[in-house]
Amino acid sequence: MSLAKIPKPEELMKIGYKPPATAWMKTPVDFRPGTWSYAAAAKNLAALDMPNPRAWQPSDSDWKLPENWRQIILDGMKERLEKYRSFRLFMDICVRCGACADKCHFYIGSGDPKNMPVLRAELIRSVYRRYFTKAGMCFGTLAGARDLTVDVLKEWFYYFYQCTECRRCSVFCPYGIDQAEITMIGRELLNLIGCSINWVLEPAANCFRTGNHLGIQPGGIKDMLEFLADDIEDRTGVRVDVPINQKGADILFVTPSGDYFADPGTYTCMGYMMLFHEIGLNYTFSTYASEGGNFGLFTSHEMVKRLNAKIYAEAKRLGVKWILGGECGHMWRVIHQYMDTMNGPADFLEEPVSPITGTRFENARSTKMVHIVEFTADLIKNGKLKLDPSRNDHIRLTFHDSCNPARAMGLFEEPRYIIQKSCNHFYEMAEDTIREKTFCCGGGAGLGNDENMEMRMRGGMPRAMAVRDVVRKHGVNRLGCICAIDRVTLPPLMDYWVPGVTVMGVHELLANALVMKGEKERTTDLRGDSI
Amino acid sequence: MKQSVNILLSFIAILAIALAAAAAGRADAPGWFRILPYAAFGLFLAGFVYRVIRWAKAPVPFRIPATCGQGKSLPWIKSNPLDNPAGPLGAIGRMAAEIFLFRSLFRNSQTEIVDGRPVYGSAKWLWFFGLMFHGSLLVVVLRHLRFFTEPVLPAVTGLSALDGFLEIGVPALYLSDATLLAGLAFLFLRRAVLPQVRYISLFADYFALLLIAAVAATGLLMRHFFPVDLNAVKTMAMGWATFAPVAPKDGSVILYMHLCFVFILIAWLPFSKLMHLGGIFMSPTRNMINNNRSLRHINPWNTPVKVHTYKEYEDEFRDKMKAAGLPVEKE
Repeated sequence: MSLAKIPKPEELMKIGYKPPATAWMKTPVDFRPGTWSYAAAAKNLAALDMPNPRAWQPSDSDWKLPENWRQIILDGMKERLEKYRSFRLFMDICVRCGACADKCHFYIGSGDPKNMPVLRAELIRSVYRRYFTKAGMCFGTLAGARDLTVDVLKEWFYYFYQCTECRRCSVFCPYGIDQAEITMIGRELLNLIGCSINWVLEPAANCFRTGNHLGIQPGGIKDMLEFLADDIEDRTGVRVDVPINQKGADILFVTPSGDYFADPGTYTCMGYMMLFHEIGLNYTFSTYASEGGNFGLFTSHEMVKRLNAKIYAEAKRLGVKWILGGECGHMWRVIHQYMDTMNGPADFLEEPVSPITGTRFENARSTKMVHIVEFTADLIKNGKLKLDPSRNDHIRLTFHDSCNPARAMGLFEEPRYIIQKSCNHFYEMAEDTIREKTFCCGGGAGLGNDENMEMRMRGGMPRAMAVRDVVRKHGVNRLGCICAIDRVTLPPLMDYWVPGVTVMGVHELLANALVMKGEKERTTDLRGDSI
Repeated sequence: MKQSVNILLSFIAILAIALAAAAAGRADAPGWFRILPYAAFGLFLAGFVYRVIRWAKAPVPFRIPATCGQGKSLPWIKSNPLDNPAGPLGAIGRMAAEIFLFRSLFRNSQTEIVDGRPVYGSAKWLWFFGLMFHGSLLVVVLRHLRFFTEPVLPAVTGLSALDGFLEIGVPALYLSDATLLAGLAFLFLRRAVLPQVRYISLFADYFALLLIAAVAATGLLMRHFFPVDLNAVKTMAMGWATFAPVAPKDGSVILYMHLCFVFILIAWLPFSKLMHLGGIFMSPTRNMINNNRSLRHINPWNTPVKVHTYKEYEDEFRDKMKAAGLPVEKE
């Protein structure tokens, strides 16, 4: 646990948007406790064959960098400028109009000008100009260029690990400049000299070895899922199967490990299992590919590919027809926008067809992986599920669009359709805070750790305040989402800003309402709360 | 402080160009004005092509559109083809909306903390004046084509007539001149006055606005206050266009200034942030189709990586898997 004290909400809300008197290039970074994440442990770097494993912390004055660190970074920049059009273009065409400035949840919550996406990008753009453009080489500061120094590097670390890669700024940018892309490359560069955070690299190392980010071994996964099956039986009287590593299953189901490991994700996982049982789906979990989430996305493109490779490999080994994916945010960024390109083609799988409704998921015909809300919405539409929404009458729900399904997929209506059919009290938050304009939970991209708590509360403030509005207007008491990181980071955010609001996945809501064959009369929801 | 220096320096730079142009006008300028247009236009063309090729040479390894509306999924779910294109037509439409209507900027809002909570107010001013500025600039550029063709293209004559339909003054004030200056004034004041925008602004940000303003101002001065011999100007421009440059006759100081500002603007454009003119077409978050899962995107450098195979995994955990009753490949 971090020793940093988090200010009270009233204190934290005193946010000033007036920039400091000193120019940004002359304002050094301040590693204030509560606003940064611990450095990656040497063992995790070593486990992933990454450079410069050592004991250090960002608050140290000496970061124990390799002697030629500057050359490594500049070479890395050159390589990436040649490999990514996005990176070169985003370095070149920003006009600093500032439309993105107050769209970032970290800027809104902190008032720190370097959290304006434009300035976060200028941190690296200034170095780009100095070493890769003639104007920067000749005119230096006048052209907005500066030398790459240890102080600049520390600034990169602080602010690239103070961006959750949510892409909200990109929606408002007239050129679509995506700070997530710049942050991803910035983090890649930092990783070249061993500067990462432990909350990213430990999960990545665990995923690599055990298949899931929590490092749960095969027996543990089975125990957890059996335990959830016991709970389901207790609530519903129905015993569901727990198929694991089954060859010959039709469908491989991959979900974030948070779903079967920690509340309230476990209730969502129970929801999946109940649904699959009810429709008689021939599916299997896998212990090797036991993680949908991909902490490579917060490390480097190479690491995305290394971790993601397991999903197709396991689908091939088990001989399934296609893959179904659980509720998760950045997992779906990877599956939707990277998996097929990196690890495809998945020509050993079949085009996904729902075995229950016969619906062909045309939108997933190449990747062969379907999002569970697409799958479930189709079931409901075809009348395959019997739902009793009144069982959710104790819940007054609002829905948080998770960043990546929103801005990297456009998955807006499917979860809402399931929600509308599963409960009677659903209230949308303000328009500026949902759908493509949704606000991040403040703890994505590996920042959801305890030592970074003040920054999480700041970054999550815009989301929390939008929830507070519907609490006051409509008596909302539950926040729905389709992201495992949300299910971990939103509860403390709610406790801090809007006490009394709890968090759930959409499939928990669905399973509450799901009328199962042979079930006993339900007196409680999945959490054991009476209905 | 630093920001004020940038503003001051950009004014000084503009003044210096004006003085240099005036001095050139007094000295043996005509000779220069046979070479400068080619040098400036050459730099513009070469620079523009160089920059675009530079961008184009870098591959787009992943398909990363930023989706701003419902994607195409199940047939009964209404998708938003403009903000989340599922095909080439949608992507073209999205790009057209960005380029001609500044679609994304139209979303702009302004965040303030009111009564202990953030409020997102409407803020369309940047969009309005931004669009007005760019549109006016386009009209002004098109109107100038009348100097480069003989006879003048009917479309250009028509545009000029439309632009001057208010018939204020003699010669008539062009609407686009007024809106261009209004747009520039808004953009400059916004940059210089709003603390956040001022904080992020570089010298080049002020300089670009002032340079275009200087072009417009000298143009307006010539049209309304210090008339120049338009026939001579046309002869000069036609000379450039036909690669038979002739020295301007009795060029006024204002004309030399106007030309110098224009030459510097077009020569500098490809090497400055003004290159967003070309870059916007290539932005992968905007010009790509969100068909990621239905059509495989190819990464030309899809580098092999070290993975942890199932075999390695089972080798490590086989005993535990067997103990838990999980199937294994190798007993």
